[in-house]
Amino acid sequence: MNNLERMKKFHQAKWNEPIIYELSTPGERAVLVPGPCCDCVSTDEALGTLPAGMVRKERANLPEIAQLQLVRHYNHLSQENIGVDGNIDIGQGTCTMKYNPKINDRLAGQPKVADMHPLQPDETAQGILEVFYKTGELFKEISGLDVFSMQPGGGSHGVLALASIVRAYWRDKGEEDKRDEIITTLFSHPADCAVPIVKGYKVTIIPPDEEGYPDIEAFKAALSDRTAAIFFTNPEDTGIFNVRIKEFTRLAHEKGALCCYDQANANGLLGITRTAEANFDMSFFNLHKTFGAPHGCGGPATGMVAARKELRPYLPVPLVEYSPEKGYYLDFDLPKSCGKIKSFWGVAPVVVKAYSWIMALGADGLREVSRVAILNNNYCMKKILAIRGASISFPNHPSRIEQARYSWQQLKEETGFGTADVQRCCADFGTHYWSSHEPFVIPEPFTIEPSESYSKQDIDDYTAVLAEISRMCYEEPEAVKHAPVNSTVHHIDHDYFDDPAKYAITWRAYNKKYTGYFEPKKG
Amino acid sequence: MAKKMFPYIPNSEEKIQREMLDFIGVNSIEDLISDIPEDMRMNHKMALPEPYCDESGLVRHVNGILAKNKTAKELICFLGAGCYNRYVPALVDEVVNRSEFLTAYAGEPYEDHGRFHAMFEYQSMMAELLDMDVCNVPNYDGAQAVGTALRMACRITHRNEVVVPKNINPDTLRAVQTYLQPDVKITFTDYNPKTGRICLDCLKKNLTENAAAVLVMNPNFFGIIEERAQDIADMAHEKGALLVAYVEPSTLGLLTPPSQYGADIACGDIQALGMHMNYGGGVAGFIATKDEPRFVDEYPSRLFGIAPTSEGEWGFGDVLWERTSFANRDHAKEFVGTHAALWGIAAGVYLASMGPQGMKELGEAVLQRQVCLKKNLAGLKGVSLDKFSGTPFQEFVVDFSASGKTVKEINAALLERGILGGYDLGAAFPELEGCALLAVTEQTSADDIKALVSALGEILA
Amino acid sequence: MKAGFIVNPVAGMGGSVALKGTDGEETLRRAIELGAQPRASERAETALREFADAARGTLFLTPSGAMGAGLLTKYGIEHETLFETEARTTAEETRRAARMMLEEGAELIIFAGGDGTARDVCAAVGDKIPVVGIPAGVKIHSAVYAKRPIDAGRLIKNFLEGRVKRFTEAEVMDIDEDAFREGRVSARLYGYMRVPDDAEYMQERKSGGGAGSSEESANLAAFLAGSMKPGTLYLIGSGSTTMRLKERLGINGTLLGVDAVKDGAQLGKDLTAEQIKNLLAQEKPEDRSLIITVIGGQGHIFGRGNQQLSPDVIKMIPHENITVAATPGKMAGLFGKSLIADTGDAALDEELKGYVPVVTGHSRRMMVKIE
Repeated sequence: MNNLERMKKFHQAKWNEPIIYELSTPGERAVLVPGPCCDCVSTDEALGTLPAGMVRKERANLPEIAQLQLVRHYNHLSQENIGVDGNIDIGQGTCTMKYNPKINDRLAGQPKVADMHPLQPDETAQGILEVFYKTGELFKEISGLDVFSMQPGGGSHGVLALASIVRAYWRDKGEEDKRDEIITTLFSHPADCAVPIVKGYKVTIIPPDEEGYPDIEAFKAALSDRTAAIFFTNPEDTGIFNVRIKEFTRLAHEKGALCCYDQANANGLLGITRTAEANFDMSFFNLHKTFGAPHGCGGPATGMVAARKELRPYLPVPLVEYSPEKGYYLDFDLPKSCGKIKSFWGVAPVVVKAYSWIMALGADGLREVSRVAILNNNYCMKKILAIRGASISFPNHPSRIEQARYSWQQLKEETGFGTADVQRCCADFGTHYWSSHEPFVIPEPFTIEPSESYSKQDIDDYTAVLAEISRMCYEEPEAVKHAPVNSTVHHIDHDYFDDPAKYAITWRAYNKKYTGYFEPKKG
Repeated sequence: MAKKMFPYIPNSEEKIQREMLDFIGVNSIEDLISDIPEDMRMNHKMALPEPYCDESGLVRHVNGILAKNKTAKELICFLGAGCYNRYVPALVDEVVNRSEFLTAYAGEPYEDHGRFHAMFEYQSMMAELLDMDVCNVPNYDGAQAVGTALRMACRITHRNEVVVPKNINPDTLRAVQTYLQPDVKITFTDYNPKTGRICLDCLKKNLTENAAAVLVMNPNFFGIIEERAQDIADMAHEKGALLVAYVEPSTLGLLTPPSQYGADIACGDIQALGMHMNYGGGVAGFIATKDEPRFVDEYPSRLFGIAPTSEGEWGFGDVLWERTSFANRDHAKEFVGTHAALWGIAAGVYLASMGPQGMKELGEAVLQRQVCLKKNLAGLKGVSLDKFSGTPFQEFVVDFSASGKTVKEINAALLERGILGGYDLGAAFPELEGCALLAVTEQTSADDIKALVSALGEILA
Repeated sequence: MKAGFIVNPVAGMGGSVALKGTDGEETLRRAIELGAQPRASERAETALREFADAARGTLFLTPSGAMGAGLLTKYGIEHETLFETEARTTAEETRRAARMMLEEGAELIIFAGGDGTARDVCAAVGDKIPVVGIPAGVKIHSAVYAKRPIDAGRLIKNFLEGRVKRFTEAEVMDIDEDAFREGRVSARLYGYMRVPDDAEYMQERKSGGGAGSSEESANLAAFLAGSMKPGTLYLIGSGSTTMRLKERLGINGTLLGVDAVKDGAQLGKDLTAEQIKNLLAQEKPEDRSLIITVIGGQGHIFGRGNQQLSPDVIKMIPHENITVAATPGKMAGLFGKSLIADTGDAALDEELKGYVPVVTGHSRRMMVKIE
């Protein structure tokens, strides 16, 4: 059986798993809680101290389940999920799905990390502070920048940190009110537009030119002495590397603006070109993407901020520093700081994982990561472009770095099926695929990012699946209509997600609106 | 010498690379990036430390560094202040370390059904604990949850000022300020120096019809239960403002849930529901509201809903993904991204493990230890427990100022005896110089209490 | 469910004989003399083939014969004939059919034709019920038409299967045919109709999609209203996007006209170029502002649907006081295209060229080229 045949016979685990409340049996317990610590005070005496109105009258309606039955429930749910470890996870472009080494999870999960209270004296936290500090030292070389904050809890949070630093910087320069504009590009990550708006900026978006580069004439027209900063992703979500990026930073610097680099898509750049070479003042890196930490169904994560040393005073407080006298310590002495981005100091386990990942690869390994990510992407591109109905955005621009945005426009025109249909079909082959994010200007988009973790065979298999789905769209439209048939669930009725009378975001809301299986309650 | 192989990079094998390059039709990988100009290239090999290519070497190296930590479990921990040394049941770790969950990402409702299902259950259990009908997929942390809850209140009321009491967590407050700047104005209101609770007279003065919301932290940062929360809610509502309650969810098996004292939005952090402290990295935020469009429409976070499928299964998906403004909305929505979803699954497992009885007993265990610790400290020379008269729950303020020693000195002496003393309040609250915030959890033992009391006896003698 | 089905059987006949349209009885007579063949029926059939299976359970309302009943009979689709058509159909029959469909409670009107047909349907039903246009005419400037007949068929199928969740407003445009035959292009905006938003359907899981068009335009209107300065005269141009702003401001504005506002008070409604000039003349140049939207699928900001904004008018307003506003959805539809200023004054058009920030939402702008 070849791999495609094998994948066609895939069947996802399907347990028809009940909602946890349906498993509840009054009185059952999965874990027990210690009783009083000693008899110096009784529980009743302690309860007597509480103000009467503040004691809960009825027990919280939580499920009651014994331990095995609870473990079984969650194991079933986990089996109804795939993750990087379960599939060729290259269908979620811009997100850099890669292998997350098991050893790093072990290292970060041990008590020496897990049992650290954030407010412990620095002298008792020398190990974890050293990991933070040394990760920064590694990034001096990886980014070419000087100072680092690992506080942000994800990529968008990294953008929030950058936008907050920009505001703190201009406040310090006395131009906070005047510098109220930020410029980004259409194919930068959507957060580069959305987040600065939250920080009170007016955002101007630069569309691409015919080649897919940000239109430099539009950029010139947008720049002014009101420009506080520019936020550019490079390579953009199309996978196109802006080779004129230094021209953009030069023009921005001439107007006095700060230059912020979204390096969430850095997986193709390690050891090749850096934030420093592009003359940016700041950037952020996703430790959970490029640097090997897992995505955890959507976090916890880290969007590490890197900046030139001149911007150190404005970084989030505290910074991790080292001196021979004090050892590693948290430096709170930043009076001009943009403030705090997150509770405490950041997501320590993610930093440990990223540190371990870099230390397992070294300079040669990091460069190999990017070289192979580029090789895999270009190989994958050629395979996809041979598929009937598929095309690439900006076809005039042949070269891409680590990912590419494609289009099923032709497939849609010829068969009526588009990217959402392909997505449903992919689930039947045990693979993951998503239909990209905004801007939805590339018709019927999909974005494939075959990072360095995937073998040639993986890419052959994944693209064979896409080719097979294309064939089905042309030749077996009925099969496409009913997909997925081999997944955990069948076609989901999306009418239940937009209407306040119909949506139920919790089980109790469901029980207020429905009885049985989605039978509306009367009255 | 053969080319070095990298275990995480299958295609680092030279023959395969050649094959792939031939298929693409180029000579080298360099040919694929020849458009990156010379002046943008890194002009030297990265100067990084020699890597630990073998796993055993890496373990030795990383563990060598981490061994320098002295953990809160190796010490005796009386630190709280927003992060709690709770017991994490083994099955929580078991579930969140399943790689189907750990290595998945945003997912689609079909092939990552399990994650939608687990998260819907988390939302459902949180809603029950909080006595609300809607709860979001976790965001970054409690601080972001407050910031967003306050911004939601601004959007709902079309006002742009919020009233924040001074007895909230200063670490949380700093992040909230980052979220609210520049367009939401914060008006601070004092706490009562006798009770430690929000001063109602001060609030009356500070609360105007410009206020979108009044924030209450309950228990507040001093560990004290805000027992007049209903009065505060009434005052807020009278001015057309919402009550936003920042609550510690692990207390709610025993304490009155916020909706029952008039909170319109409940928010907080789920660290204490099954997350290891992780040096502060175990945090994740929640926001809960009633099931009304004026609230639901203003969430920036993801909300998973339940839906029927063509074959009668439980299906799930994003509710109101395109949630955005009503015609009258004048503020931009916030943003959503990779937050802390896995901790939501963890908290779900935790709540299901504990059940209603477990959560109640947890509250009782914590409360009993607090009262016990306080009783044991009473009468110690140099220790005053009378700073605030309000009722504490799991934390309380100890005033050492009569001892002539600073909290810093006392904590240093405690640390020499293997004890992590309380949070030093003086830095963030100059009026509380000499005071510390001591916390207990259900893990605090009688021996721990004895050790602290006897150490303080020595130190303050 | 009831749905209306109208074929304008003579639509498109002028094209093959180089008549650039078939409006008016005289033109149609000449087209037939020149040997033009009806093509609309064939195009409607292409669409019908796509949705025929999904049509079960829907009662179609249609005029007799070539105006609809003929094709529906051929495919065995259940229908009710509204009236017997004359031997030579007229625009009035299209309008009459659409009016009757509205009265009978049709939930969708499908029509095959060109810009003239769209105008007739629009005149009868406006934006009261959703429509899908099957392109069959010579002139297709109106955005109410699907790209190709087959796309219209698929859209109708999705609608009939209950899979269309969102609607958007699309322009009904037409050109002055007399001028067109003489080689001059002069287009007008005749109104808006509601069409299914196909792109929204395809983003079924909405994995990151933007807001729906009505929310987008409401959001945009709120931002524009909040950005208006006191003491400034604002001219607000035609179009559904700017209409949202007029509604937001609470003025009695016009969809197809230019209205004037200052400090929240309405100073004029559906103004002519002369009236606009008189109003502008009373203000200092820096206090004269204009808010316009992008009209039509070609990206016109001047010269389509807002001829009241004559070159003289535009010259009276400082360029930096001209705000172009369009929803993100509209701008996405124009992706890769430039905006067009076709004021009728070549020198002014030249002057307007360059980049303009198009306001697309709260604090959001996009730099777009004007050509």
